[in-house]
Amino acid sequence: MTPTLVLVIVAAALFGAGVAVMLERSLTRVLIGFLLVGNGVNLFMFSMAGAPGLAPLLVDGVDEAALSDPLPQAFVLTAIVINLGLTAFMLALVYRTWWLAQLGAQGDIIGDEEDAEEDAVETAGLIRSTAEDDRAVQDVLDASDEEVRR
Amino acid sequence: MILSLVLFGLVAVVTPFAARALGRRIFPVIALVPAGVFAWLLWHVPMTAEGSVVTERIPWIQALDISLSFRLDPLSLLLALIVTGVGALVLLYCTWYFRDDEPNLGRFAALLLGFAGVMLGLVTADDVYVLFTFWEFTSVLSYLLIGHDSAKRESRGAALQALTVTVFGGLTMFVGLVVLTVAGGTTSLAELIANPVVGVAGEVGIALVLVGAISKSALVPFHFWLPAAMAAPTPVSAYLHAAAMVKAGVYLVMRLAPGYAELAVWHPLLIGLGAFTMLVGGWRALRQTDLKLLLAYGTVSQLGFLVLVASIGTRDGQLAAGALLLAHALFKAALFLTVGIIDHATGTRDVRELSGLGRSMPWIAAIATVAAASMAGLPPVLGFVAKETVFHAQLAYGAEGGAWAWVGLVGAIIGSVLTVAYSARFVMGAFGRKPGVPEPPLHRESPLIAVAPGVLAVTSLAASIGVAAIEPLIAAASVGLPGPTEYKLALWHGFEPALFISLGVYALGALMVWRRAAVARAQAALPDTFEAGRGYLRIVRGVDRFAAWLTTFIQSGGLPGYLAVTVSVLILGVGGAALMNDSWPSDVRFADEPAQPVVGFVIIVAALAVVVLRQRLAAALLAGVTGFGLVVLFGVGGAPDLALTQGLVEAITIVVFVLVLRRLPRNIQSRKSTVSAPVRAVIGTLAALVMAVAGLVALGARQEPAISEGYPPLALEAHAKNIVNGLLVDIRAWDTLGEVSVLVAVATGVASLIFVSGRTGGAPRLDLGAPRDRLRPLPEPADTMRSARRRLSDVDHETDAAAEAAATRQTWLLAGRTISPRNRSILIEVLVRLLFHPAIVVSVYLLFVGHNSPGGGFAGGLVAGLALVARYLAGGRYELGEALPVDAGRVLGAGLLLAAGTAAMPLLYGATVFESTWFETEVPVLGVLSIGTSTLFDIGVYLIVVGLVLDILRTLGAEIDRQIDEAGEDAVPADPAEPADPTRPVRDPDLPADPAGATGPGRAEA
Repeated sequence: MTPTLVLVIVAAALFGAGVAVMLERSLTRVLIGFLLVGNGVNLFMFSMAGAPGLAPLLVDGVDEAALSDPLPQAFVLTAIVINLGLTAFMLALVYRTWWLAQLGAQGDIIGDEEDAEEDAVETAGLIRSTAEDDRAVQDVLDASDEEVRR
Repeated sequence: MILSLVLFGLVAVVTPFAARALGRRIFPVIALVPAGVFAWLLWHVPMTAEGSVVTERIPWIQALDISLSFRLDPLSLLLALIVTGVGALVLLYCTWYFRDDEPNLGRFAALLLGFAGVMLGLVTADDVYVLFTFWEFTSVLSYLLIGHDSAKRESRGAALQALTVTVFGGLTMFVGLVVLTVAGGTTSLAELIANPVVGVAGEVGIALVLVGAISKSALVPFHFWLPAAMAAPTPVSAYLHAAAMVKAGVYLVMRLAPGYAELAVWHPLLIGLGAFTMLVGGWRALRQTDLKLLLAYGTVSQLGFLVLVASIGTRDGQLAAGALLLAHALFKAALFLTVGIIDHATGTRDVRELSGLGRSMPWIAAIATVAAASMAGLPPVLGFVAKETVFHAQLAYGAEGGAWAWVGLVGAIIGSVLTVAYSARFVMGAFGRKPGVPEPPLHRESPLIAVAPGVLAVTSLAASIGVAAIEPLIAAASVGLPGPTEYKLALWHGFEPALFISLGVYALGALMVWRRAAVARAQAALPDTFEAGRGYLRIVRGVDRFAAWLTTFIQSGGLPGYLAVTVSVLILGVGGAALMNDSWPSDVRFADEPAQPVVGFVIIVAALAVVVLRQRLAAALLAGVTGFGLVVLFGVGGAPDLALTQGLVEAITIVVFVLVLRRLPRNIQSRKSTVSAPVRAVIGTLAALVMAVAGLVALGARQEPAISEGYPPLALEAHAKNIVNGLLVDIRAWDTLGEVSVLVAVATGVASLIFVSGRTGGAPRLDLGAPRDRLRPLPEPADTMRSARRRLSDVDHETDAAAEAAATRQTWLLAGRTISPRNRSILIEVLVRLLFHPAIVVSVYLLFVGHNSPGGGFAGGLVAGLALVARYLAGGRYELGEALPVDAGRVLGAGLLLAAGTAAMPLLYGATVFESTWFETEVPVLGVLSIGTSTLFDIGVYLIVVGLVLDILRTLGAEIDRQIDEAGEDAVPADPAEPADPTRPVRDPDLPADPAGATGPGRAEA
């Protein structure tokens, strides 16, 4: 099958731009990136149909060989509607995050530095705690050893 | 056997509950379980000694040929007798060791009993994976029992050390078992030994299995966990860490010896490590002041000894190992139990604080002395018999030319000297009188506490004098190994080399005891002995640090970080695969239609602009531009259905975006991101390149004709002239059913996220006919039309004419008056009024003609949804409620019921799922109308799409409206430049917005 260069390039550009946007910290941006990626992927799937033909409608006297491939269309059609649902869901998520966290003017940025810091402190505490446990064991053993004790 | 294991499990489960009522008296009750099994096993001894083997088998994982198979042969029976016998005595001993107010007593009792059952399973299992399961169970139970006193740091640390080391060994063993079972083609231990795996697989597999054995039996370099485990209560030390669990490794070595003792790894590993361990343990035992630690290092030493003997692999070696195993279980358990009694009576286990116990506790001293004599190998106790046999077996094997036997013999002799010395140190340290040390005051426990160690000590003695009675079983356990079979266990063999070795050992041991001061000085002068514990600590610390570093490295970035990692993997994986492929497309077409490059250029520009822009809404609109670009591409590409659907979806998407974004700050804050902008750009570019290359390769690689070439006849069969619609509602209806289910889930998710307290209900209605305090429009500022009507008459400078005009003004939409005039546009109201009904007609038309022309349930539903959007935008949330006064959930449910019902209905008529039927009729204007089950299915799809849009509007639209009204102006952040108002009341998000809960639409219907 011969690929159509324009469609591939446009799909790839949408995908790349979407990925770049998705990597930001604002949830809205993530969603917008998701939309771009979704459009790119849909276009890519659509391009699987190959060279475009007539609309896949079996009107009387039509040459079946001249029709476009209907299968990618069916795939993409449901994907489009699902994208709408997911967009609404993610927007609800954005709103709820913002509303619940009372982020106010901060918008929908997720504060992950604090989380990371908290994690690091927690981890260090855990390591220290197990180290102290092990040291306590070693102390008990040393306490019973005549020579070390001396 | 299986029955007895089940019994152990059941009793262990009810033990904690019974312990609440019985307190420490639970122990003699549950001791009946191992005692009963012991008696049952004892009854088997004569038959088993003659060679009869009991097997039981229940299929378990048949696909892997793993079954719960158990096998009671002489070796298993010997171990099982030790496990149940010592287990019963230790449980009995617990009765007086603990007090009723001991914390977690019930749990402790259950775990100890459970351990006895698991250990019994371990020594009788025939399937290696079942054995492994029990093996790991013992590690876990040991962890829980060592950590019994979880308030103490050393208990927790010791429990974790023991678990880490033994589970490490266990997993290594597991790999070895997999190697052996795959190479050997069976999971049965007996068969693996009867037909040993040879070659590299055998060597590697056995080496790995032995790592498990030596870690469990606390051989160097894993020995350090055993002394640490002395943090456990003394009964646990006596049972798990002397008599039973640590014997698992020895058992495995004895079990495998008949098949694998000839392997190259066997003798160097086991005899080398065994001898070294015996010396290290003995040497360290000599330095201990804590009696329990003295015994623990002694156990390490003895385990090394046992492994050393068990690995000889001759008939006499196995005989010696069996006798030594039994002797060690008896004397070491007895010694631990006496230490527990001393600890209880005096409150200390330190030999420097104990004095004169020999006189004050004569019976305990006698028991301990008998047991210690057995440990030192003095006649006439069982230890002597065992040690004689060991020396004999080593000499015999060495005479045959086993080079490693001499290493083992030298190790055993030096180790035995050390054993004599530390046995004496134990007895003298515990019971001797020391000048200058005051005799500690005694807290007398019931004399019954001495029953268990007494029985063990008497058994040591009796088994030695009546060794002929136990000889047949141990001898039967060594059947099948090479070597002469004349040698018997006996107290007196005459003057033979082994006896002289023993005498020499006693002499050297006595010398060490006599010159113990010099020995202590020598110990102090020598550099610190092999110390693996500290090495372990360093390794564990290193692993901890590395794990923490790795975790924070991989998981530092929150969502962006994870996405970056995921996409990078995609780039490297797919990109690498794409570059390495060798089927590049032979030909590439630039464009199919002249419009494609133009539209494509617009799409790319819009996409790049999205990356750069900081404003939310502008970015969302530009993303919409790319979507509308797709509409054109689909349109010129022969896909009218796609173009139609994409266009409708884009319109709704933009509205939804606006509805939510109106509440968020306009600009997106650009705080420092985890993934910096240049990195994002690089990742995005690479992702685009990978997609382009992968796309070109994938499209070019396709050679087979498209599957859709067969679709036209199928579509006609489905009465569909629109093939795409035929695919959706008939040929691939399963897919569609799945996707509309997703839509229902999504709609429910959206509603659940916005309405905290419930998702039922439709959009809010006007209060026509309803109680006036319910669902009424919210109070608004004085310039709204609704309140104007009531208030104008009260205001002086307003004329009656104006009031009249307001009262009689025509409304184009039912709820038009509920919005403030500032936000109201009569033009839009008029347009919506004119267009709404035609739009609904069009949507129904699309739904029904979709079978033959572009359209269908999805497109029709979206058109109807768009009409609702228009009503909402023009007339506000009450208008939405008036436009479609039903519960969105019911619309969705009806749709799903219709769709799924269409799928299931044919089943009632004996047809298959989704089998379609039709009837055709001539309808004026529309022409031939073919109504079939697939049409009903499409109606379901239509309803679901309408329900989804309605749910979106009533949540992201109406509910957010209400929240804005309630929160007032300051809830909408004007500009991110201004700091958030700290005085803004912070609401509890989990409470309904309205404390009365009556006006919330979600709440009202709930």
